Amino acid sequence: MTSRLVLRQVEVALGAFHLAIDVELQPGCVGIFGPSGAGKTTLLEIIAGLRHARKGHIALDENILADTESGKWVPPHLRRIGYVPQDLALFPHLNVHGNILYGAPKTADNSEPSVDSLIEILDLAPLLGRRIAGLSGGERQRVALARALSAKPCLVLLDEPLTGLDQDRKDNVLEYLRQLRQRWAVPMIYISHQADEMADLCDEILVVRDGKLAARGKPADIFEPAERPAWRLRRTLCVSPEHGHVEGT
Amino acid sequence: MDSSSDLQLTASDTHAIVLTLVSALLAVLVDLAPGVTLAWLLARKQWPGKSLVETLVALPLVLPPVATGLLLLDLLGRNGPLGGALEVVALDIVFTWKAVALAMAVMSFPFIVRGARIAFEAAGDRPEQVASTLGASPLRVLFSVTLPIAWRGITAGAVMAYARALGEFGAVVLVAGNIPGVTATISTTMYNDILTGHDQHALLLAAISIVLAFALILTGEQLLRRALP
Repeated sequence: MTSRLVLRQVEVALGAFHLAIDVELQPGCVGIFGPSGAGKTTLLEIIAGLRHARKGHIALDENILADTESGKWVPPHLRRIGYVPQDLALFPHLNVHGNILYGAPKTADNSEPSVDSLIEILDLAPLLGRRIAGLSGGERQRVALARALSAKPCLVLLDEPLTGLDQDRKDNVLEYLRQLRQRWAVPMIYISHQADEMADLCDEILVVRDGKLAARGKPADIFEPAERPAWRLRRTLCVSPEHGHVEGT
Repeated sequence: MDSSSDLQLTASDTHAIVLTLVSALLAVLVDLAPGVTLAWLLARKQWPGKSLVETLVALPLVLPPVATGLLLLDLLGRNGPLGGALEVVALDIVFTWKAVALAMAVMSFPFIVRGARIAFEAAGDRPEQVASTLGASPLRVLFSVTLPIAWRGITAGAVMAYARALGEFGAVVLVAGNIPGVTATISTTMYNDILTGHDQHALLLAAISIVLAFALILTGEQLLRRALP
């Protein structure tokens, strides 16, 4: 899977909040880091097609997904972009297997990741017949990941997938994410405000603050090790009290 | 009807019971598709005139049923805006069984809309959004996610609507009359009995109403429990 995502002069206005992004993302795992209310989730929703941008151009590889100038807009079900929202939004009326199969191709398809290999790598076999209501937080995360990947998306958007998990479960799910990346090189955009998660998983980090791209770089350029294994945002990227915004390195 | 026969069901009573049950069922079935669609539009979309429609839908809950019946009678009567048109196609509604079902449908409509709307709002739109990112078309999202998730709330609304329709009196009596063996329902027959001094017979019908209500509520509860995820 390779997916180069282009966001050209994308603008969204939500009341007083204004998001303005102009960025080109290379395939791999891109982390979007920033405080609550910075516009991270809004950005994912625009990429997934769940929200309209007021202005701008979005393309995935050669495919234009949205372009306000030409009026082109591809609906979410035709974008092949997987989305795991913060609340996961698993389907409560289906069991685990039903959730995983929901987006899987109905016709014969030998490409990876297949449903069987997802079940194997995410250790979901013992859960297949279970109802969603009876799953733990970590199990739900794994089901949501499998559901998103079984549709064979070109890109997966993960919105704070480890929120609400204790450290053991976080480590557990992070390990699964690493395995997914190693095995299929699934392109991902990963939102979090936990520096250690992103330093561990992402190839590149974008720092978003107040709806704007404040900095971008390799995890080592953006974060510095704090007390191991935790990481923190480099001091040079922290909010400047005089200017009230993030300074680039 | 002498006092000894007050505790026996007549052919008219049986007709009234069957008419009530069938008309209430018809009313709910007729309400279901428009009610659920309207509930979805109210829960998910912003559109001009939404507040006005919300108020109109809630009106039968607040207006005296007799007033609703009077409005229906004016609308469907021979000189009414709809009555003339219906006469052209030789469709008689007023003072027929159809008027019973129609009055019940109007009175129970808010319950369907309310139940479904609460269910749609409680489910939120996230599951629908995720389903669309999994490649599901809007129609597939509707039938495989939206309606199954809201099913319990819709059923609860339908049960409440059916219960409301069973007990409807004011609107029915105005628009359908109270003709024994033709348009009389359980409620209007009870009213007749009380007016003519057959209180025992009215109590018998009240007991039947209570049994029906019990059976209905229990069935509704069972249905909802079975649908639990």
